[in-house]
Amino acid sequence: MSEVDIKQARKDAPCETCPVHNAANLKKLGVDMQEWDFVIALAGNPNTGKSTVFNALTGLRQHTGNWPGKTVTRAEGGFEYGGYNYKIVDLPGTYSLLSTSLDEEVARDFILFGRPDVTVVMADANRLERNLNLVLQILEITDRVVVCLNLMDEAKRHGLEVDHRRLARDLGVPVVPTSARYGEGLDELILAIHEIATGETRTKPHRIKALSPELETAVAEIVRELERVYPYLPNRRWVALRLMDGDERIIAAIENGELGTIVEMEVIAEDPGAGKTMEAAV
Amino acid sequence: MTVSAKGPSKKLIDRARVIRWEIGGDIHERLVEAIYTDAARIADRAVTRPGEERRFDLDRAIDRVVTSRIWGFPIMILLFTLIFWLTISGANVPSQMISRVLIGSVYPFLKEGASAIGFPWWLSGVLIDGMYLATAWVVSVMLPPMAIFFPLFTLLEDFGFLPRLAFNLDNIFKKAGAHGKQALSMMMGFGCNAAGVIATRIIDSPRERMIAIITNNFALCNGRWPTQILIATIFIGTLVPAHLAGLFSAMAVVGIALLGVLLTFVVSWFLSRTWLRGELSTFSLELPPYRPPRIWQTIYTSIIDRTIFVLWRAVVFALPAGAVIWLSANLSLGGQTLAEHLVSFLNPFGLLLGLNGVILMAYIIAIPANEIVIPTVMMLTVLTAGLTGIGEGAGVMFELESTIQTLDILTAGGWTLLTGVNLMLFSLIHNPCSTTVYTIYKETGDLKWTVVSALLPLVIGFVVTFLVAQIWQTLAAL
Repeated sequence: MSEVDIKQARKDAPCETCPVHNAANLKKLGVDMQEWDFVIALAGNPNTGKSTVFNALTGLRQHTGNWPGKTVTRAEGGFEYGGYNYKIVDLPGTYSLLSTSLDEEVARDFILFGRPDVTVVMADANRLERNLNLVLQILEITDRVVVCLNLMDEAKRHGLEVDHRRLARDLGVPVVPTSARYGEGLDELILAIHEIATGETRTKPHRIKALSPELETAVAEIVRELERVYPYLPNRRWVALRLMDGDERIIAAIENGELGTIVEMEVIAEDPGAGKTMEAAV
Repeated sequence: MTVSAKGPSKKLIDRARVIRWEIGGDIHERLVEAIYTDAARIADRAVTRPGEERRFDLDRAIDRVVTSRIWGFPIMILLFTLIFWLTISGANVPSQMISRVLIGSVYPFLKEGASAIGFPWWLSGVLIDGMYLATAWVVSVMLPPMAIFFPLFTLLEDFGFLPRLAFNLDNIFKKAGAHGKQALSMMMGFGCNAAGVIATRIIDSPRERMIAIITNNFALCNGRWPTQILIATIFIGTLVPAHLAGLFSAMAVVGIALLGVLLTFVVSWFLSRTWLRGELSTFSLELPPYRPPRIWQTIYTSIIDRTIFVLWRAVVFALPAGAVIWLSANLSLGGQTLAEHLVSFLNPFGLLLGLNGVILMAYIIAIPANEIVIPTVMMLTVLTAGLTGIGEGAGVMFELESTIQTLDILTAGGWTLLTGVNLMLFSLIHNPCSTTVYTIYKETGDLKWTVVSALLPLVIGFVVTFLVAQIWQTLAAL
């Protein structure tokens, strides 16, 4: 079977190794997936070397524009690896996804509604604790994550030892140590992205544990409710947490049916009424 | 299957609301706390710190000095002065060399070639005396200082200098009723105002963003640095003994840049108390660690991205401007050339501002790009004052001998020290270039504010130069 055949076969039959991204929603977010096999989101705190990694991965294959309807700048680019075309979308640098700033909304919407095949989260090895806040939030939304532990050179200079294997075990996703300014670790990063995108690596993402038992019980109840309304929703627990928090954006997404479009189903594409049926099939 | 889609999802939202009420307290805070707790535990397990006690941290030590209340500003001003001094004293030799080749050798060669082929005088005039000469001037005057200034500035940027500067300025911006992040868009404006206007996107509040956009023009941009450096060298540098010339010129340029910062505060303060009143928003600014600049990479990118980019823009605008200048100086109407008509029309107004008709006309021709103001001024002066015998040398403006030669040309055109000083002031305070105005319109989508952003600095510029001229002349008459 030639490579083209394999790719065609993958496109025809939904399977474990198929792209998971939501092409329709991505289009609304300004990303056209024609000619691309996988879409990678690049997230992270400011000052973690995100642009350095972006530039290193894409080289000259990049262009900048705006997020649709927003005054937030977006850069996107691409690279090829192992016979696949990867598109990278650089998300705004943020410290969290919980507040309502424009940057955080853009980043959160892309990860939630676009369902990128892989989300690379940049983390500064020197400020791991603060950077993990964002990593943990993203792990609640998607399990297709690679953590890029950057600025290892600086950590070494400051005498810090960061055990990336331990970190990978605790987070349940691949952690790649890099010194992007010097090009170190980028090959490993690309490999890790590739393995997540093609489904070769399965992850067991960390879930926020330090919730009080009372909150846990409440979350569990909303998760059960969500399960009934959206049987295919992949990140129910996170949506439940956002509902508990009274996140207006998520409430609106439930009310206008946007949340239901996260899982792209052939049925919906063929029958416009099927989306409703799915929601109502309680 | 006919159940409305609203039903179950509505129930879900209501249920969540009820639970939220039942639990009570600040759920958001508890959630954030839970995330922090997990993050701290995981980070703690993965990171081994060297010894218990805090090691000496070089970054923190440097930050304590450069962001201190007492030393912060003097250090920043000193650094800028040092950069300009290096630029001014380093640009002499290469500027002279380029000029010697482009104007001393290539120019006569082109002229001879044109007459050998039998070009009519007007064609060789437009092409060679106009377009070529303007471009050659732009290249020889601008390339050397830019090739020194931009790499030095980019190295400082790469080292982590700008966030500290922003940190120092943040407090003053807040006092002026503006957003602290405006310090960052202003820094960007020191490179290019159009880029500075785009950079105001980091400010979320529309009110504070508008203040940042309107005042961005007071950050001295790339296109205006060469004008400042040149005029300072010619008028300020020649006031002091030769060995101090570079230093004094540098200090004059820094002074103008600081005046721009001061105007930014004053105008922001004014706007936030009149047309753009409203709430202050807060933000946290992170000081990134100092990183050893990657010297070769920085020099390479600063030359490609900035030097070549700015030079290219200047050349693109200099070509048609050169043609316009030559034509206006050679097309006659009722015994006088077009340029003479315009210059003498603008002259009374110019003199009122301590400038002259040539400078005002140069600014009108240079609306598309500030970069070509000086070459335009030089050409118009030479052409309208009817000076002869200056072909070569006039472009060599950084070498001392020719600085005096340039000064001679300008004095012959009626320039005084006041003209020089007011040109520096007017170059800082006038309407943004057309690219910036267009960017402002695209970013705000509002014609009214675009017009305000374009005209407000121009009016302030007229007022400032007028006042300086009147006070100067009154004092001189005493």
